[in-house]
Amino acid sequence: MSSPTTTAPRPTGPSEPTGDVLLRARGVSLSFGSVRALKDVDLDLRAGEITAIVGDNGAGKSTFVKCVAGVHRPDDGTIELGGDAVSFRDPQEAREAGIETVHQSLALVEDLAVWQNLYLNRELTKGVGPFRVLDRRGMRAGARDMVSGLSVNVPSTTSRVRRLSGGQRQAVAICRAAGFSSRLVIMDEPTAALGVQETERVEALIRRLRDDGRAVLLVSHNFEQVMRLSDQVWVMRSGRCAAGRRTEDTTGEEIVALITGAKSA
Amino acid sequence: MVSATTSTSRDGARRSGPDGADRDGAATPARPRWRERLADPGTWAELAAPVGLVVLVVLFQVLDPTFLTLGNIEAMLAAAAILVVLATGQTFTVATGGIDLAVASTMTFSAVMFGVAFGAGAPVGVCVVVSVVTGLLFGLAQGLVIGYGRITDFIVTIGGLSIASGLALVVSGGQPQSIISTFMLRLSTGGVGVVGYPVLVALVVAAAAHVLLFHTRFGTHVLAAGGSPEAATATGISTRRVKTAVYTLSGTCAGLAGVLLVARIGAAEPAANTQFLLNAVASVVLGGVALMGGRANIAGPLFGALLLTALTNGLTLLGVSQFYQPVAVGSVVVLAAFLSRYQR
Ligand SMILES: Nc1ncnc2c1ncn2[C@@H]1O[C@H](COP(=O)(O)OP(=O)(O)O)[C@@H](O)[C@H]1O
Ligand SMILES: [Mg+2]
Repeated sequence: MSSPTTTAPRPTGPSEPTGDVLLRARGVSLSFGSVRALKDVDLDLRAGEITAIVGDNGAGKSTFVKCVAGVHRPDDGTIELGGDAVSFRDPQEAREAGIETVHQSLALVEDLAVWQNLYLNRELTKGVGPFRVLDRRGMRAGARDMVSGLSVNVPSTTSRVRRLSGGQRQAVAICRAAGFSSRLVIMDEPTAALGVQETERVEALIRRLRDDGRAVLLVSHNFEQVMRLSDQVWVMRSGRCAAGRRTEDTTGEEIVALITGAKSA
Repeated sequence: MVSATTSTSRDGARRSGPDGADRDGAATPARPRWRERLADPGTWAELAAPVGLVVLVVLFQVLDPTFLTLGNIEAMLAAAAILVVLATGQTFTVATGGIDLAVASTMTFSAVMFGVAFGAGAPVGVCVVVSVVTGLLFGLAQGLVIGYGRITDFIVTIGGLSIASGLALVVSGGQPQSIISTFMLRLSTGGVGVVGYPVLVALVVAAAAHVLLFHTRFGTHVLAAGGSPEAATATGISTRRVKTAVYTLSGTCAGLAGVLLVARIGAAEPAANTQFLLNAVASVVLGGVALMGGRANIAGPLFGALLLTALTNGLTLLGVSQFYQPVAVGSVVVLAAFLSRYQR
């Protein structure tokens, strides 16, 4: 398999992807002062697939993800979502375009209930004009649906997040990202802080998102997890997108070689 | 009285608190709720004010049977009204993890502006508006500096305390303006039964604040911005706007309290009113509102204000020297803060 580095490698052979390209990044570059964190990154990801980004610490994975999520604005390059060029000024704009991010910090409010976190800044209201009040009943019912729809293991949607375990919190954060007709769910190291069992649950959740037809962008340090979960892997090395592979056409050893630069794309 | 339970809606067989969260969501439903709630020290922090109030009332009534006479209850409620209004506004700033140290000075400044308008021959209705708008604008200014200038709440409002007190002196020339108006007289003396108009005003403010905090998007955003500014920002909530809004709210309450103050003393005075600041913060702490932000309720501070008023009143009835009252208030507040340590 040979691919030029300037354009996205075209996967060929039996594992030809079926989903439509949802997000297309071309020539995305970003510098922090003298640090060139991203250099001409080209990368595609498809609906109904889990796309993984792997790479060493400092390779630029999080920076790229933040460009897609509207946290950073690239200095150069284009990002297309569903065929339209987008340029988000803030995360809210990305959210409105259907891109949800599960932050490493999870961004949950501990003293609010699960349902309040699920609906944070998207609260349902009823009534008219200045007399709009929260539709608490509607939100609690909606929260129960969201949670049971993804078979998330959360004791009750009325418990405070403070009472949940790490895995349950992760599940709530993913559930929030999955709700509200998001098209792309970005997860940066979603299982880094979890135990074995909790990791399994979260992985099952990620698979359900894919089966639901959404695009999932997963940043992970765990190669086994990447091989288990993903359909497509992109390897980043010192700010560049060094290679892309269909997961079933590659091996853990090859990915490691690509990450370290022992093998070039 | 605004009860925390009046507005909780039933959710199947499950009940949740006014802030939407169970204290024990993971618990098995078979066990009685109240037993688990009593086992949670957080409940005690939130119940500190009402429980403390009952204890004080019983204690004072035993020591002095005139404590619970109609006249004294009326006097206590009237005295508590201003404090309830101030504490209600303060609750919102504390809920965001901030504090409005300028509440009492804003109230004084608003009262003085009432006097200036009155002295200039404005109708009482206009004077009331002047007072409330003065508080609103002062709070807005503080909120903008805190939210957009990104300066710590504590520093800005301690500056605001000084500025508002100074402005009150400047505008009044240091002189009180006596207010002779039948409307203001009726406001301070009239009422429905034992419940005077100032008390009704305070109850309406508290009820509106309860709805605002627990039944509007704004209220949720206040709790989110206080509980986790990062999470609030990540979901697109503007913490700057929330900050600006809560200080505007606190200032507006102070402006309204200024009107009640003028009615109560029959004059607009540039007095310091320091005890109102201490008691407003104390009521909020007694009410189980977390000083770090993120957890708040309105009924608690209301009971806190009643407790502090009953404490002062009872000590006065018992002939305890005025000098001991700040000592008693301070001790009660530290005790409440101690209880709130277990809240989390
Ligand atoms: N906000 C920032 N300011 C300055 N430099 C940054 C910032 N964010 C990331 N970098 C730098 O950009 C490079 C890529 O970082 P990052 O995207 O976090 O890597 P990864 O997530 O792959 O470990 C690193 O050299 C890092 O130090
Ligand atoms: Mg990273």
